[in-house]
Amino acid sequence: MEKSYEVRLSGSGGQGLILGGIILARAAVLDKHKITQTQSYGPESRGGYSRADVIISDRDIFFPEATNFNCLLALTQEACDKYIFDLREDGILIVDTTFVKNLAIVADNTYELPFTEIAQEELGSAITTNVLSLAFLVKITDIVSEKSLETSIKESVKPAFVSLNIKAMKLGFKLAKNYGN
Amino acid sequence: MQNKKTSKSVKTPQASKAAGTQKKKVKAESKLNELQSSLERKTVVMQGNEAVAYGALDAGVNFFAGYPITPSTEVAEILSAELPKRGGTFIQMEDEIASICAITGASLAGAKALTATSGPGFSLMQEGMGFAKITETPCVVVNVMRNGPSTGMPTSPGQGEIQQSRWGSHGDAPAIVLYPDSVKESYELTIRAVNLSEKYRTCVVLLLDEVIGHMRESVTLPDMEKVRVISRIKPTVPPNWYKHYDENQKYLSPLASFGDGYRFHVTGLTHDSHGFPTGKPTESAEMNDRLRRKITHNIRDLVQIESHQMEDAEIAIFAAGITARSAKAAIAMARYRGIKVGLLRPLTIWPFPDDAVRKMLRNVETVIVPELNQGQFSREIIRLTKDKSEGDVVLIKKVNGQLITPNDILRRIKEVI
Amino acid sequence: MANIPQKIVHQYLRHDKKFPHVWCAGCSNGIILGAVIRAIASMNLNRDDIVMVSGIGCSSRMPVYIDVDTLHTLHGRAIAFATGIKLHKPHMKVIVVTGDGDCTAIGGNHLIHAARRNIDLSVILVNNNIYGMTGGQCSPTTPHAAISTTSPYGNIEPDFNICNLALGAGASFVARTTAFHVTEMQNYIQASLEHPGFSLIEVISACPVIYGRLNKKGGAPQMMTEFRDNSVPLTAVEKLPKEQVEGKIVRGILRKDIRPEYTAEYAALQAYAQKLGGESDGKEL
Repeated sequence: MEKSYEVRLSGSGGQGLILGGIILARAAVLDKHKITQTQSYGPESRGGYSRADVIISDRDIFFPEATNFNCLLALTQEACDKYIFDLREDGILIVDTTFVKNLAIVADNTYELPFTEIAQEELGSAITTNVLSLAFLVKITDIVSEKSLETSIKESVKPAFVSLNIKAMKLGFKLAKNYGN
Repeated sequence: MQNKKTSKSVKTPQASKAAGTQKKKVKAESKLNELQSSLERKTVVMQGNEAVAYGALDAGVNFFAGYPITPSTEVAEILSAELPKRGGTFIQMEDEIASICAITGASLAGAKALTATSGPGFSLMQEGMGFAKITETPCVVVNVMRNGPSTGMPTSPGQGEIQQSRWGSHGDAPAIVLYPDSVKESYELTIRAVNLSEKYRTCVVLLLDEVIGHMRESVTLPDMEKVRVISRIKPTVPPNWYKHYDENQKYLSPLASFGDGYRFHVTGLTHDSHGFPTGKPTESAEMNDRLRRKITHNIRDLVQIESHQMEDAEIAIFAAGITARSAKAAIAMARYRGIKVGLLRPLTIWPFPDDAVRKMLRNVETVIVPELNQGQFSREIIRLTKDKSEGDVVLIKKVNGQLITPNDILRRIKEVI
Repeated sequence: MANIPQKIVHQYLRHDKKFPHVWCAGCSNGIILGAVIRAIASMNLNRDDIVMVSGIGCSSRMPVYIDVDTLHTLHGRAIAFATGIKLHKPHMKVIVVTGDGDCTAIGGNHLIHAARRNIDLSVILVNNNIYGMTGGQCSPTTPHAAISTTSPYGNIEPDFNICNLALGAGASFVARTTAFHVTEMQNYIQASLEHPGFSLIEVISACPVIYGRLNKKGGAPQMMTEFRDNSVPLTAVEKLPKEQVEGKIVRGILRKDIRPEYTAEYAALQAYAQKLGGESDGKEL
């Protein structure tokens, strides 16, 4: 990794984005990188806004918030509208078309999938949208190894939800592999 | 005590090698750091608030009383799970006033006691903190700072309690206040805060930025038995000879606990060396002077600063906590453009590092002071600025709940060259 | 009750250090201190296992005179400090001496929560119906229409019934007596020290110099006489006609229940957490 890689996961409260950020951060540490993971959220446990930033680097990370993202995941229209302008020109945009209907600008590397719908239909629960979309993101960006992501998920979610989330992860990888086909 | 925090740890042999070769940037007396770098390392991803909780446990804290408040609550949550397992005590009190009083009472009974709060709770604790200071009772108050007066913005950062942490309690007693800038340093300075409170028998404050409290970083914690822990000196004299405020040459005195058989008196009234109330001018002057000089005569032990790329700096940035990290990023950007900028970062903000700041002022043309308030650190810099015109201390203030970014600082650097 | 010679009181005082005391002639605080000491002495408690904690006010000056571990704290906060001491050293007997203003105005929150937790503290609440130390301001127990320096036209507020407050908050031992009924007071203090849980004893006391003077109560003897004549034991309340009870101080143990005590519950929690071991490390997400 040359410089630091900035990821922002954004959406609303209850979508599990902060947990997503923690999972990504732990995976990066397993891959021997340095990380900072920060978040910002409103007072609501459900609804409102929520974002989690992960910066991955092999050098000391001074400023811990993502300001110029290499990758933006937007699970809601509001988040997409708010943060899309801070995406780098060559940055990767991943949107959940279940909720994101309009793109203010079109990034070169845009990936659009109805993650929430897929999670609901394929996995029986929208609650796995975070891991599903994160696995998609990991496969597309290759910022952490798939193995580390799997280990991190196992360490980060409650034991009862490990198998469901691993299923979601595998589906996310598959969606990324087949994207555009 | 058992070390339970490794249950989610990841072993990284490489990390220990890397850490060993890393430049030590923190000057001052870094015995603690030296100790830690030579140890077997376990890397974990941890929040600043978690680091505070585990730092407290490793420092031997066995009593926590607190009241839930964003953004400090994780400290209480973790300790509510961890303390009982280790034979310690956690209690959720009815408010922050009760919390500071309960930890002070527990400390007088012999506990190592700590509480954690945020702005509104910190304001409520001020009277109790003054009581701990006048009665020279060790305790630690962690204040995870949020934005704004009153309720403000509970989940947004602010650095509004720089001066309150020094002057917030009524009367005039000095303060020891520490201020980390990373998750790892949150762990280290929590241990140091507990150590200093025990050593100097006073209420020590640890300020934490909301962003650091909630931020996760990878941290490599030392094996517990290698952590340097300081505990209060116990009296060795028989009860009849015991003075609750007895001085040895370092202005620190042994401390008996309730139940030890010393049967001493503790009061928030101005008192003599035995602890009994006094109205005599000589005795009250002596008591107040003692509170002052145990800090001012030990400045070298108390003050810790980091000097970052100051050797050839023409412009200096003075910043602490999260804002110092923005400064470091800005310095990297400025130096890439050939501008010689450095950073002076206090890890101990009170007592204020007057000498280091004076030296900095002698060697640079301009000092930039970025802070998430209306100018609290800059007051101190201006206080120490004798020969400089006022324009040479440049403020960057932000009170909108957002961080000062590296670009904010870089912009000002470009303006002042 | 053991027969304690008067001299025992002196053995418990720090008379070489802190006398003469600060209390006015006729004040009840000395009587109450004597009762506390006799209760301690008759129980043969180890003096090193006793800590007396107080807040701010006339009665809160009591700890300085007694030769046990003593802590004179902030206004209203004695119970909060005492909670910290008791939790860290549960074997110690923790006596809290506090006043009506200290404990039910500024410190009311700590009173009700300590009562709710049922933590084993013996709270002796000296109720003189006034802020004496600051010169006679209205307190939460200043009776309706009474004169104080901050109610010069008569107090328009109703007063607290402190025992009812403690009962409502869940205190497991609640008693009321007066400074006149010295033996009864001593017995209640002893009972509260033996009681495993939060106990509150309200002692109606005389402040002749401030409250008595402002309200034309006469001197200390008159006020003491009033306590004698104007109080009824709880045991007699049901037997007496209603009009003979109304407006009188009801003395007695109003509640004495055994229910789980906080430090014992906490010890059980510690044992449970230790049995569970390292699994729940508080870091579950």
